[in-house]
Amino acid sequence: MYFKEEHHLFRQSLRAFLDKEVMPHIDQWEKQGYVDRSIWKKLGDMGFLGIDYAEEYGGSASDFMYTAILFEEVSRCNSGGFAGVVVSDVGLSMPYIRNFGNDELKKEYLTKSVAGDIYGCLAITEPNAGSNVAGIRTKAVRDGDHYIVNGSKTYITGGVHSDYIVAAVRTGDEGSSGISLLVIDRELEGVSAKTLDKMGFHASDTAEIFFDNVKVPASKLIGDENMGFYYIMQNFALERLAMALCWQASCEDAIAYTLQFMNDREAFGRPINKFQVLRHRIAQLASEVERIKIFNYNVARAYGDGEMVTKECAMAKLMATELGDRVMTECLQCFGGAGYMEEYKIARMFRDSRVGRIAGGSSEIMCELIAKMTVDAVGY
Amino acid sequence: MKSYYFSEEHEMFRQSIKDFLKKELLPNIDQWEEERQIPREFWRKFGEMGYFGLEFPEEYGGSDLDFFYSVVMIEEISKCFSGGFAILPMVQSYMSSPYIVQHGSDALKAKYMPKIISGEAICCIGISEPGAGSDAMNIQTQAVRDGDHYVVNGAKTFITNAVYGDIVVAVVKTNPEAGANGVSLLVIDLNSEGVSRRKLKKLGWHASDTAELNFDDVRVPAENLIGEEGFGFYYLMGGLQLERLVAGISGVAACDAAIEYSLQYMSERKAFGRPISKFQVLRHRVAQMSAEIEATRYFVYHCCKMHDAGEYIVKECSMAKLLATEMTNDVATKCLQFFGGYGFMEDYKMARMFRDSRIGTIGGGTSEIMREIIAKMVIDEQEYTKA
Ligand SMILES: Cc1cc2nc3c(=O)[nH]c(=O)nc-3n(C[C@H](O)[C@H](O)[C@H](O)COP(=O)(O)OP(=O)(O)OC[C@H]3O[C@@H](n4cnc5c(N)ncnc54)[C@H](O)[C@@H]3O)c2cc1C
Ligand SMILES: Cc1cc2nc3c(=O)[nH]c(=O)nc-3n(C[C@H](O)[C@H](O)[C@H](O)COP(=O)(O)OP(=O)(O)OC[C@H]3O[C@@H](n4cnc5c(N)ncnc54)[C@H](O)[C@@H]3O)c2cc1C
Repeated sequence: MYFKEEHHLFRQSLRAFLDKEVMPHIDQWEKQGYVDRSIWKKLGDMGFLGIDYAEEYGGSASDFMYTAILFEEVSRCNSGGFAGVVVSDVGLSMPYIRNFGNDELKKEYLTKSVAGDIYGCLAITEPNAGSNVAGIRTKAVRDGDHYIVNGSKTYITGGVHSDYIVAAVRTGDEGSSGISLLVIDRELEGVSAKTLDKMGFHASDTAEIFFDNVKVPASKLIGDENMGFYYIMQNFALERLAMALCWQASCEDAIAYTLQFMNDREAFGRPINKFQVLRHRIAQLASEVERIKIFNYNVARAYGDGEMVTKECAMAKLMATELGDRVMTECLQCFGGAGYMEEYKIARMFRDSRVGRIAGGSSEIMCELIAKMTVDAVGY
Repeated sequence: MKSYYFSEEHEMFRQSIKDFLKKELLPNIDQWEEERQIPREFWRKFGEMGYFGLEFPEEYGGSDLDFFYSVVMIEEISKCFSGGFAILPMVQSYMSSPYIVQHGSDALKAKYMPKIISGEAICCIGISEPGAGSDAMNIQTQAVRDGDHYVVNGAKTFITNAVYGDIVVAVVKTNPEAGANGVSLLVIDLNSEGVSRRKLKKLGWHASDTAELNFDDVRVPAENLIGEEGFGFYYLMGGLQLERLVAGISGVAACDAAIEYSLQYMSERKAFGRPISKFQVLRHRVAQMSAEIEATRYFVYHCCKMHDAGEYIVKECSMAKLLATEMTNDVATKCLQFFGGYGFMEDYKMARMFRDSRIGTIGGGTSEIMREIIAKMVIDEQEYTKA
């Protein structure tokens, strides 16, 4: 209902690629704390970074369901961190340039990003402004044909090794009406980053980024000055839908992985998949995963058709990430002590899942948004 | 979000049934709940409007429409805050008579379907017995062939529509030794000699008549056998998918109504100097429920689409029923809480919604049985194919 034959073929070829080029390295990437740079070029060569981008930048301008498949499949590699950096590039950073940037910016960044020569990260959050995006303080002061940027960003996915930073900066008054988006090249003087130590998402180089009198050409402004907040709010729909798809796919993966274990593991003389309480727990979770999957596909289809799905994306993100935590908790339980060992992937899935309810707008912020639209009947 | 499931015609139909319910049902439903009975007159009008026969062939008076007209109808009747009212048409047109339409002989169809579609006859489905509910294979009611009749002995219980109804599609054993292959479906006239009915008192669904039926040497014409002898269990497995899907559709719609009703109340009720709709925990509770309702809605529509395309979707229907009815219980509990003490009073509709929703996770296969089925399919990779 949502995918055609070509979509299935695309999924297969992507899957084969990931099995060959990603799966053998995942444990190493998790250990070293970032993904090897070479994966970008390989992804680019295969065209996987350009499916949602116009042909003039080397993309294939495919319908959105291909992108949905990309988000799902990168989430089936036992590494939230790997999925995180890919989504952060394709779904969080590049879209700002494509949707709101001028031709020059597009030509420069999209062409190279699609090819996998460079990749980007999105930097909104700051030490003192997370949920409250309108409270960011990183300042960009116009100086001739440059902006001088000072401030810091934190918790930025891919923030250490990415080549450019789509940064939310303050160019105007306090509040939401004084925010702009700038593309800041990593190589500029005054940009530095520190890897953060964290409980999961180990393959992602999550960073605190510092801007110390960074001179950014004014041509790197995305869209209009002081319109940044509006752009961010618009792209949040995609970010949330992406996360919903990622979490749903990892839930499916976790259940399949757990079922395999339950089939092999014996206790009291029989496979543990014969115990009724475990069976019913799986049945319940599998039903909820199926529900969110179908909901995600419905929202993705509408998004692809150009519908305004702000509310539905927030709902999907809320549901999928909350479910993710429950699925991982219960699946890990089915493994017993093995679940606590790094030898089994469920330990990693468990810790990686936990960020879903926090990043990309916390569950509480999703509820705030949904409440405004349902209780107060506000439209966006 | 734009609808991929309903056309403009469906929406026009929705408006017409809404108008009908507003005029014919809503002014009377409180009284009918109190009286524990809905007058036959009403059901005749319902039949005249064509609502009993949306899916059925035109030759019996039906409209032969796609399944989404039925979805619209089920949604609208489920938003009237009377589960006891809504269940009658659901049993009539989606849980009992489809066995006649799908597997019955032409003679049987001609005999019963026109009356069922017009609302002249009310139909029931008789599976459960005092000693066998979830374990439907264990039913004891027997039908013994005697010339061109069956002689039926046994009892059924919890049978919806059966106190005031006219016919029951009864699950009987025609060959007690043959297990699943010894089960048949028989249409039994409830006015036959030897049938006795007892009206059961119950927690909710007050407008619905639920009966215990006793069959004492009831003679049923052999022509009232549905399909072939010994195939009853397989017919049932097919029919139960539709029954569960319908429960899913109805559950989501009941939740919609509860949320809408609650939001209205919350915007009017003040506490600590402001409308209670301003309190963040209540707002977030609404947001959580709205998200779950929305996701469940699309899952159910997805299943409806597959069902409409003729697919046999045991796993999906079981999931839809499980998710929607569990959700309805949860939504009813939470929405009643928004009303404070008024939620406990019969002046508001929440009390009824609360008690009516409680049946969802029991009737039509309990949540535990849904999980048994899903577990078999997901864990043991068991597959079910259409009979
Ligand atoms: C692994 C990881 C990767 C990330 N990647 C990125 C990235 O690439 N780019 C980026 O810009 N950011 C990123 N983030 C940051 C993320 O978006 C923020 O952490 C998130 O928005 C929450 O902000 P905060 O941490 O400042 O929490 P706070 O805003 O301080 O919130 C703390 C708590 O208060 C709650 N809260 C806040 N406001 C309300 C309210 N109005 N009502 C009720 N409760 C409220 C929150 O829900 C939360 O539970 C990432 C975070 C992590 C952990
Ligand atoms: C208002 C109402 C209307 C109804 N209408 C009809 C109707 O029109 N026609 C009809 O035929 N029936 C009808 N029913 C009956 C309904 O389908 C049964 O009540 C239902 O199938 C459960 O059967 P039971 O009541 O015998 O419970 P039991 O089967 O005795 O179950 C009792 C408890 O044990 C649990 N259980 C049973 N087996 C298992 C297992 N294997 N694993 C784990 N737990 C298990 C059940 O989930 C339940 O919680 C109606 C019931 C009600 C209350």
